[in-house]
Amino acid sequence: MKIVGISGSIVGSKTRTAMDVTIKILKEKYPHIDVTLLDLADFQIQFSDGRNYLDYEGDTKYVAQTVMDADALILGTPIFQASIPATLKNIFDLLPEKAFQDKVVSMVVTAGSAKHFLIPEQQLKPILSYMKAQIVQTYVYIEEKDFFRKAIVNDDILFRLERLVEDTVMLTETFAKIREAAYDF
Amino acid sequence: MMMKKYRLDPAKGLEFGLYTLGDHLANPYTGDRISAQKRLQEIIEMAKLAEQAGLDFFSVGESHQEYFATQAHSVVLAAIAQATSKIKIGSSSTIISTSDPVRVYEDFATIDLISDGRCEIICGRASRVGLFELLGYNLRDYEELFEEKFDLLLKINEEEVINWSGEFRAPLKNAKVIPRPKNGYLPIWRAVGGTPASAIKAGYAGVPMFMAHLGGPASVFKRTIDAYREAAREGGHDPSKLPVATAGFFYVAETTQEALKEYYPHINEGMKRTNGRGFPKQLWAQGADTRSIMNVGSPQQIIEKILYQHEMFGHQRYIAQLDFGGVPFDKIRKNIEIIGTEILPAIRKYTAKKEGETE
Repeated sequence: MKIVGISGSIVGSKTRTAMDVTIKILKEKYPHIDVTLLDLADFQIQFSDGRNYLDYEGDTKYVAQTVMDADALILGTPIFQASIPATLKNIFDLLPEKAFQDKVVSMVVTAGSAKHFLIPEQQLKPILSYMKAQIVQTYVYIEEKDFFRKAIVNDDILFRLERLVEDTVMLTETFAKIREAAYDF
Repeated sequence: MMMKKYRLDPAKGLEFGLYTLGDHLANPYTGDRISAQKRLQEIIEMAKLAEQAGLDFFSVGESHQEYFATQAHSVVLAAIAQATSKIKIGSSSTIISTSDPVRVYEDFATIDLISDGRCEIICGRASRVGLFELLGYNLRDYEELFEEKFDLLLKINEEEVINWSGEFRAPLKNAKVIPRPKNGYLPIWRAVGGTPASAIKAGYAGVPMFMAHLGGPASVFKRTIDAYREAAREGGHDPSKLPVATAGFFYVAETTQEALKEYYPHINEGMKRTNGRGFPKQLWAQGADTRSIMNVGSPQQIIEKILYQHEMFGHQRYIAQLDFGGVPFDKIRKNIEIIGTEILPAIRKYTAKKEGETE
């Protein structure tokens, strides 16, 4: 099983911190899973111009291909201007319409305050649904006050991240088994 | 229904053909990929087998990216023209956007003469776009390049002496594009994906339409065909004189389950490599239903499907893609054999006009 984490912003450190913690939990609990973290700040990715993702080159192709090859995705995103950052939206725009079919997708969200709690519900989930993802319904919403110097200091958040990781893996395994059992080809 | 201009006689029933995209992929069961040379030879051999089995049409596509072998598809067609004597041949498709219409017409008119009047052109816009960079074109001109060059190609087909100017090619002044095809005219089709949007363009221009389809219910594609005929009517053309052809996956085995099972890894792995996404199993499994557009199944199931589609679409030709994703040649041979002995006779029997029957 391949799980890819995405740190969806090139600004700040909170989303990366949250994703580092998430990936650490994932690797410790499931050492057999092939895990990759893509921090968008580490890549030069061009804006989508509508071509098939296979026709891009360099970082753009690498990131798109890595996402497409995953069985599950854990998306880390901050909230910018009451929405997801353009960098993350661009990843979606680079991919085919039904890119997340047969993939499980879960979300880790960072934000300055509780004011934007419903943004992932109302803006991110519809995109993922449109792209045919099996969404892990519960996301982990992490506020400014839960961080201190690039660490998460709220145990409740850590517990919730553990549960998110477990749900992601369990659903991915389960859906794979169901598909396996349902068809003889 | 007069379609002589397109060398079609609907009274003889639905035409049946084969097409290859010229993909060059490993057989997913063994992981082995034959050489490009061997693949090209097999494509020519496939055309010969199609002719021997009594099929009406064989065509070869142009793709310039990795995992394809027929970039020079007109050259392959020339070889097929020489290797066969009855079967109609064509391109599926020619990417006119990144070629010079004059050269394309010269090539295909020549193939028409070599083949004694059997050649056709199907023009498409390309689903992958690496060839724009390879051949020196700007992807931002994707639509305009196609429309302008396709128009010029149609004009060359209609007029022996051309006066033309446009944005993407040097102007033509009293230019004679020669040789002319055997009967002075080549059937030229517009390739269309499943959506009504580009079908409307073909209809409005009064150009025959070749519609490609992957999966899903046939009724969805009926909307595209309806939109095409409606646009033709609005454009001042008589839709009953404009042929419609369909193109899609085909695979026959003893039982429908066997056919689905055998072909799936070829399609799934092949599409991953050439299109970036595999074929969803759910959609594939629904291919067993008679109402699905995918002609994969037992001979009887395929006959029923094609007749169902013909009744719904009223189309003049169906072409089958049965070699995608590294299908071994003995399976290709077996498929063609079953088409010739079981499927084709039934299709012709039920779609040909009986004596005395009128339109």
